[in-house]
Amino acid sequence: MEFWQSFDWMLLIRCFVVGGLLCVIGQILIDKTKLTPARILVIYVTLGTILGGLGIYKYLVDFAGCGATVPLTGFGNNLAKGTIEAVKQNGILGAFTGGLKASAGGIAAAVFFGYIASLISKPKMKKQ
Amino acid sequence: MNSPIDTKKDYQEYVNQKSPNSPIWKNCLNAFWVGGLICSIGQIIFSFCMYRGLDETASSTVVSILLIALSAFLTGLNIFNKIGKIAGAGSLIPITGFANSIVAPAMEYKSEGYVMGVGAKMFTVAGPVLVYGISTAIVVGLVYLIFNTQAVLV
Repeated sequence: MEFWQSFDWMLLIRCFVVGGLLCVIGQILIDKTKLTPARILVIYVTLGTILGGLGIYKYLVDFAGCGATVPLTGFGNNLAKGTIEAVKQNGILGAFTGGLKASAGGIAAAVFFGYIASLISKPKMKKQ
Repeated sequence: MNSPIDTKKDYQEYVNQKSPNSPIWKNCLNAFWVGGLICSIGQIIFSFCMYRGLDETASSTVVSILLIALSAFLTGLNIFNKIGKIAGAGSLIPITGFANSIVAPAMEYKSEGYVMGVGAKMFTVAGPVLVYGISTAIVVGLVYLIFNTQAVLV
């Protein structure tokens, strides 16, 4: 297919390595500290938002593409990026509307598909 | 059961003896390749959207929606928790973990009804993530508004 000829394989490798390393950091946090997964997710999102707000995270996105945007730090970065863009346009109103506007697709999808999936889910079988 | 466990210390020793030392290197390796793989799937979807003429923002939204839908249904089918057992943070840290954290408690509390069970418990983990993410984003926006600069860099 023509798509695969235009595909950037080096970017895919960088994406794999960066995405993998972000997960390794999370794994070390799980194994070496008493942090619960929920806290780790919160830390990742908050850190991503701060790094995005400082304008640092976008260098990682330029370097690794989805390796930086798919982990939850990328979700935080997306919130910060949307907020700053909206502030540029609408001032203080943008600070409140921008973040959710930028991540609306992901949040709405998570709520919708999450609800559907839990409706169709089978009750868990007790493991012997 | 051979000997009864009387004190807390005995119990602790018993647990330490039974549970294997957390093989951190193996866990990290698994987290690395599963996490990398999930991001790579995202990258392929992203590149394909760009190839079909979507802009960057729309493409990354499509990536999020597809990965979230996929992991929500894999969680509903009890497949995701098997992946998670091997991968650990590898499936937790990518956006798939966010979707999983919505579906898993919703499934568990299904018996409590569709409003206070499914509807409310969906946000046991996702709620805090959204609270801290959105609050931080608003602070970022206000700081940007006041100083009109993206802080240290740029």
